[in-house]
Amino acid sequence: MLSNKIQDVFSEPGCSKNQGKSEKERKKGCTRALQPGGAAGGCAFDGAKIALQPITDVAHLVHGPIACEGNSWDNRGSRSSGSQLWRTGFTTDITELDVVYGGEKHLFRSIREILEKYDPPAVFVYQTCVPAMVGDDIEAVCKAASQKFGKPVIPVNSPGFVGAKNLGNKLAGEALLDYVIGTEEPEHSTPYDINIIGEYNLSGELWQVKPLLDHLGIRITCCISGDARYHDVAQSHRARAAMMVCSKSMINIARKMEERYSIPFFEGSFYGISDTSESLRQISRLLVGRGAAAELLERTEALIAREEARVWERIGEYTPRLRGKRVLLFTGGVKSWSVVSALQEAGMIVVGTSVKKSTSEDKEKIKEIMGQDAHMIDDMTPREMFSLFRDARADILLSGGRSQFAALKNLMPWVDINQERHHAFNGYEGMVELVRQIDLSLHNPMWQIVRKPAPWDLREVS
Amino acid sequence: MALVLRSQKSCTVNPLKMSQPIGGALAFLGIDRCMPMLHGSQGCTAFGLVLFQRHFNEGIPMQTTAMSEVATVMGGLDNIGSAILNIQQRTQPALIGICSTGVTETKGDDVDGYLKNFRAQHPELDSLALVYVSTPDFRGAFQDGWSSACASMVGTLVQGDAWTGAGSRRINVLAGSHLTPADLDEIRDMCAAFGLGATVFPDISGSLDGHVPEEFTPNSLGGTPLEAIAGMGGAELTIALGEQMRPAADALARKTGQAYVLFDRVLGLEATDQLLDCLSRVSGRPVPAKYRRQRSQLVDAMLDAHFFFGGKKIAVGAEPDLLWELGNWVHEMGAVLQTAITTTDSPLLSRIPCAEVLLGDLEDLESGSANCDLLLTHSHGRQASGRLGIPLHRIGIPIFDRLGAAHRGILGYRGAMGLTFDIANLLAGSETENTPASWPLPAESPDACAPAALAE
Repeated sequence: MLSNKIQDVFSEPGCSKNQGKSEKERKKGCTRALQPGGAAGGCAFDGAKIALQPITDVAHLVHGPIACEGNSWDNRGSRSSGSQLWRTGFTTDITELDVVYGGEKHLFRSIREILEKYDPPAVFVYQTCVPAMVGDDIEAVCKAASQKFGKPVIPVNSPGFVGAKNLGNKLAGEALLDYVIGTEEPEHSTPYDINIIGEYNLSGELWQVKPLLDHLGIRITCCISGDARYHDVAQSHRARAAMMVCSKSMINIARKMEERYSIPFFEGSFYGISDTSESLRQISRLLVGRGAAAELLERTEALIAREEARVWERIGEYTPRLRGKRVLLFTGGVKSWSVVSALQEAGMIVVGTSVKKSTSEDKEKIKEIMGQDAHMIDDMTPREMFSLFRDARADILLSGGRSQFAALKNLMPWVDINQERHHAFNGYEGMVELVRQIDLSLHNPMWQIVRKPAPWDLREVS
Repeated sequence: MALVLRSQKSCTVNPLKMSQPIGGALAFLGIDRCMPMLHGSQGCTAFGLVLFQRHFNEGIPMQTTAMSEVATVMGGLDNIGSAILNIQQRTQPALIGICSTGVTETKGDDVDGYLKNFRAQHPELDSLALVYVSTPDFRGAFQDGWSSACASMVGTLVQGDAWTGAGSRRINVLAGSHLTPADLDEIRDMCAAFGLGATVFPDISGSLDGHVPEEFTPNSLGGTPLEAIAGMGGAELTIALGEQMRPAADALARKTGQAYVLFDRVLGLEATDQLLDCLSRVSGRPVPAKYRRQRSQLVDAMLDAHFFFGGKKIAVGAEPDLLWELGNWVHEMGAVLQTAITTTDSPLLSRIPCAEVLLGDLEDLESGSANCDLLLTHSHGRQASGRLGIPLHRIGIPIFDRLGAAHRGILGYRGAMGLTFDIANLLAGSETENTPASWPLPAESPDACAPAALAE
């Protein structure tokens, strides 16, 4: 039952926010009630699709009217080292007939067409609002299709109206746990195999870190779900350890894999220099605990020392150009403090950072790095952001795409650090790239030119 | 001329089509100080918002009734009321344009009835205009949503006096969703050149043309003012651009008794001639010299470009009105409209100069384009273009991987000239040079003519 699943996801014991809640509060769930006329952001279907779509060789079939896929397909920046099938938009595009008579047969035929034409290792079927209301049982259809065609057909039951994006991320994780993970055995495994959970390989950022792991002889069994292949996910239960990235989205996968397959995990980030180093350490520690040779720890420290020295030197080259520049950091939360130290190293002043989705732990860390008077912004309307720039209290905004116009329309530089970005900011390489992008943006001569008023405006004033 | 076919596939692959509600929402974005709102789950709005943001590179005001699971099952009418109150308090728009979605249409919410009651209960909101349009996701396409929203706005917002427009030197321009901000600017300039003031409706050239405003606004900024819509009955004539605007033009005619002329084409030499001739007759003024000069420039562009178009096979994927424009124009330039894919029904489809017109998707476009020289569709054609190795010219909505979509138009002599050069250049750039192996004889040609050594 979907409602049981949602309840289960809400009471996730691994979630640090949940640990401080009473039984009753936990039951109520963690998604805020959405306010009609005041809501922003995607739905649970959106969240589920975002979480699983980076699995590259799978056909992602959306069962619903054209809006759900037609308005949004091929708009994510994940990258694949192999199949491009994940970028193909599949949808049942249901019509009034399906609404009246039910769309199960339509769905079944669609699955067959996909298998015949594209022969993917699996089909993921996403439920949406309308067929959920009509009562289409996608679990039953997927089961029948799997049996009939001998290929895994995975139901992802996360219709939009059940909640926000974050809930959809977790329901997607449940689908992997229920139907994919542990269903196949790998040909061989080593004590150096890890899973990375909650990393989507946006702009190929996983590949900024992979060479470090390669160098240490650590193998990524599976990244869930960036640049993943279906069979890797199915075999991922044989990894020895796991790293969970971006804690809010897939904690249930990490915790349940620990429960079911004894795969220890830690929560880490490849965003920021010290975070990258710490994550590498943690990975090695967990692997050594599970049977890898202890010398891995020393090799890891040696690699960290060498790469950190290299990255600080490279960032230091920017210091003369960036010293004293005032940065406003507006992100999802966890990521905030992990870049602050890199910006400070380059001489910049972080004048404010958002803590909208941060935990109290995150906030402590921000204070630790930025000092007691750190300007923490809980939420900010576009209008407030607009006036912040008008008053020139910041030189540049680092944020996601939605708030870009608050800066740009004020003729202020902006660098995209969220999902839709074009640049990869992971690992040591990523921080150099971030600082380089800030430098490029701040020192673009275009700003001087566009800020000059037209000559006649000057004349009219005087 | 064309056989109109419907795809027989169960599964749509690589959709060409977008949904009705966001078509309606874009029409509302062409009204000044408007907040479009989709009555559905919040994802319905989020997808549309991101899509427009990426197409126009602008912040997009758009709200949602944020239907929860419970509201979806029990009926979400109260969500509309609380959303209206909330929006009114937060952004004070002049108009809230409400589009239904698949979610609320499946339940069958009686929004019109609800709004009537809501009005009665909230007299303090009398100055806030509300327009509702039914746009189920599971029927029709983007263009239909735009069309219905325009007709609904005319029905609700135009004051139904008798026609008072004679001698007013004003005209109404009802603009379809296939036109860009650049097109709307062009038609407005044309009207002005004849001394005619134009009410362009809806007018996304004011709100979504990519400019840097003085002040931040949470609603649409620019666009047709409500007073101008109310007074549309006071124009001399209504010009409707695109077959999709017929319902709005009819509604206006019914309400005000005003005559209209519908131009289903704005692209090309003859289409522009017709348009200017109409303006000349309405205004009683000759066509200004600048347009005579532009006409001559377009003629010259066509002369220069026709070498590149002749015999080329072109595949077009577009909504009916844009397909009608492009298909005819491609044909006029001497190319062959090899494959025509569209999203929804239109009376124009059977008259498109092509053997078949298919209501289908981009998989259909791709499979029908194997030996084509050019693809014309929106940005989602990029994968097909890459796989087939055929150049793509991006046109329509969405264009999210190239800049300047708002400033490229097809209307008028200059619009046609720009497109002519763009396409001719793409075709010129993809021509392959001849090699010694370009003209082989048929493999099994009789060997009697070959010298003995070769005949071995």
